Amino acid sequence: MRFTTRILFGVGTLALVSTAQAQTNSSHDAPPGWGLPMTEHNFGTLLVDRLEYVWTDENKDAIAWDFQGWYGGDFQRLYIKGEGKNRQGDGEDAEFETLDLLYSHLIADFWELQGGIGYQGGIASSDHPERTFAVIGLLGTIPYQFEVDTALRVSDEGDVSASLEAEYEIRMTQRVILQPRVEAEAATSDVEEFSVVRGLNYTRAGMRLRYEVTRKLAPYIGTYWEKQYGKTAELTREALGETEGSGVVAGVRMWF
Amino acid sequence: MPLSPAVSMLSRRQLLKVASALGLSTAALGLRPAWANPVGLGRGHPQGVEQGPEISLAIRRETRTIAGKTGRPITLNGTSPGPLIRLREGQEAVLRVTNLLEEQTSAHWHGFLLPPEMDGVPGVSFAGIAPGETFTARFPVSQNGTYWYHSHSGLQEQLGHAGPIIIDAAEPEPFVYDREHVLLLTDWTFEDPKDVFRHLKVSEGYYNRQERTIADFFADVAKNGVADTLAQRSMWAQMRMSSRDLADVTGTTYIFLMNGHAPQDNWTALFKPGEKIRLRVINGSAMSYFDVRIPGLTMTVVAADGQPVQPVPVDEFRIAVAETYDVLVEPEADRAYTLFAESMDRSGYARGTLAPRLGMAAPIPPRRSIPDRGMEAMSAHGSMDHSDVQDRDHAAMPGTDHAGTPGTDHSAMQGMDHSAMQGMDHAAMQGMAFPGDKNPAPASRSRGLLPAGTAQPGSHYDQPGIGIDPAARRVLVYRDLKAYAPWPDRRPPGRELELQLTGNMKRYMWSFDGMKFSEVNGPIHFEHGERLRLIFTNTTMMEHPIHLHGMWMELENGAGELIPRKHTLNIKPGERVSALVSADAPGLWAFHCHLLYHMDAGMFRVVRVA
Repeated sequence: MRFTTRILFGVGTLALVSTAQAQTNSSHDAPPGWGLPMTEHNFGTLLVDRLEYVWTDENKDAIAWDFQGWYGGDFQRLYIKGEGKNRQGDGEDAEFETLDLLYSHLIADFWELQGGIGYQGGIASSDHPERTFAVIGLLGTIPYQFEVDTALRVSDEGDVSASLEAEYEIRMTQRVILQPRVEAEAATSDVEEFSVVRGLNYTRAGMRLRYEVTRKLAPYIGTYWEKQYGKTAELTREALGETEGSGVVAGVRMWF
Repeated sequence: MPLSPAVSMLSRRQLLKVASALGLSTAALGLRPAWANPVGLGRGHPQGVEQGPEISLAIRRETRTIAGKTGRPITLNGTSPGPLIRLREGQEAVLRVTNLLEEQTSAHWHGFLLPPEMDGVPGVSFAGIAPGETFTARFPVSQNGTYWYHSHSGLQEQLGHAGPIIIDAAEPEPFVYDREHVLLLTDWTFEDPKDVFRHLKVSEGYYNRQERTIADFFADVAKNGVADTLAQRSMWAQMRMSSRDLADVTGTTYIFLMNGHAPQDNWTALFKPGEKIRLRVINGSAMSYFDVRIPGLTMTVVAADGQPVQPVPVDEFRIAVAETYDVLVEPEADRAYTLFAESMDRSGYARGTLAPRLGMAAPIPPRRSIPDRGMEAMSAHGSMDHSDVQDRDHAAMPGTDHAGTPGTDHSAMQGMDHSAMQGMDHAAMQGMAFPGDKNPAPASRSRGLLPAGTAQPGSHYDQPGIGIDPAARRVLVYRDLKAYAPWPDRRPPGRELELQLTGNMKRYMWSFDGMKFSEVNGPIHFEHGERLRLIFTNTTMMEHPIHLHGMWMELENGAGELIPRKHTLNIKPGERVSALVSADAPGLWAFHCHLLYHMDAGMFRVVRVA
């Protein structure tokens, strides 16, 4: 499987390089040396959608983050997406639940097809188990303005899992924005080391209220509620944990 | 020289007063173009005017104060906007442009008929002007009227690389006046234009602080009921668009300038009561449409894009980016009048004062409420996303079915002031009344071409556009434009060339026929000597000012033999507009949307006449 991921990554890189070359075509027949009247530009951005402190009802406070950056043109982009947390007071280092490097291609007005490699595990520490994935996903906006990010993952052990995230924005004022958010994860096999079980694992619904000081800087407060299902819930119960939980968050949304 | 008796009649004391005021404030410091002096143009006050036929322009990047803050505009002979270039029809113009920037630059003489290699578009007419180099544009001046010039390199136009041009007529013009002023409207931002572009690419609504909110929602519910409000909202949501998307870049970053002056500067143009004043209004902004009026005065439009038209008295006119209009006003009273240019999205305004003396001001009109885009923008959008169109039959669009009833005005246009509503409603109804508008061409083509000058089905020449009400006051519309006298080429078109104006809002991609400039292969071909009809179908929900270099576009607005000609045509959302072109200028010509960031995003083509 590691081999697959390398191939995917290689294809992605190649495609990105080829875009750059495809942009020097001849849309006019002016003398050579004059250059093009309009040239394509690449752009890039980094959105830290969530950087927050989480107070849970089980006293398992954490710092959590979720970011997404891209660089490229209109059709082809290179994405980096990361989501993770650092549970407070457990003596362990921070952990990336996902860290994906993806090649992305615009396939419809509102949709990007993305593929690449993913990583789960600790950052420069051995506190957490690690694994890598081949990732394929769709990122886009569905009618009614829901931003949707889906991913299908195959781990280096051949385990398959899928995730879905959807966000919606309700404008209270020009600067105050209420953002409901849902997240779900499912898998096709049990992976005990990562507490993953076959079937729907969990759903999480959240609501954040942010104030846009500027477009690029918006502190927020919010809350979430999560529920585990099926075997995930069974395992949690066996460990005498709660299968439903909620919490309060405060953080900041930034982009650069 | 058609003016000046009045100027020379101004008392010496008045001139001195003006000169000292200018000297102390801005002109002597080179901050503002001195042509924009209160007295007006003419022999009495020639500063800041580069008198043809031989002129030189030095282009630099300098520190200047704009609206009380320090910025780094591009200056031309020390001012931003640049000096007024004054030429005379029949002259051989020699325009020397020296690049003192650290990057390539250019100067395009907007609206001029000239040899293609003098047109000033890097990559199309020449290689551009390298740093330290001088380019000399030399050509016979074969036209007259109000024009302008600007950079055609990168995003330099946004930095103030623009200025007015007046070409005095060889023969007497069909109207007389005592004094003239130039009103050059521009939009300035302290942000780097590259950042502006990146913001649009990353988050298209970045500059829109006029989105509909929950508060609007409840207000609409109270006014129109839950069902209509939900229907209206869900329609836009389903399209993944905003009905408040009126301008890509807005007053949240722009300061709108009149002759380089911010609204609080109160730039003043002087007059003597009873004089007839010619105002040469030029929209030299990068992205902003303006609605221009002078409360208390009727403006008589006498020229459009430099070309004389039959006089049209109006209270207000919309000026698309790159258009020019000449209007005559006759203030009788000894009082001040506000020169008011409100941005189309109502996020700001440029302002000056027309006054008998310096230091006067008149009330600034309240800004009108923000209009919402109506059905026409959406029906336009339909053809952009085909997967969407198919399953969106008109009956399924809430609100559409009662488009004709007064009740729907409200459901369709919530939150608009009442005056704006009617204008919108017409546009909306027209769009809806001819659902076939999207593809009417095959039917008309099978019976041969429409007669020359006929307005295309799908055109809305009786509509000024969104948020401006032709019923509340007299507003200029394209149907009003009639040439002062017939233009020489009266041939019917030999063929039609149809172009769709296309875009992807979410990605901020703009194009013709769905292809950005980087995606097309080779130029658009015009046969030398042919007479052809260009048809533009705007499938996007934004206005696009379409500019053809080197040749006139004769707007087929139903004016018969008095077909007006323009260099820039405003195409409203969902509209289908046609123009006749005499392809009499061999060579390569730029052809593009004149919204700067649309052009740079790919809404650009090269036309080859051969």
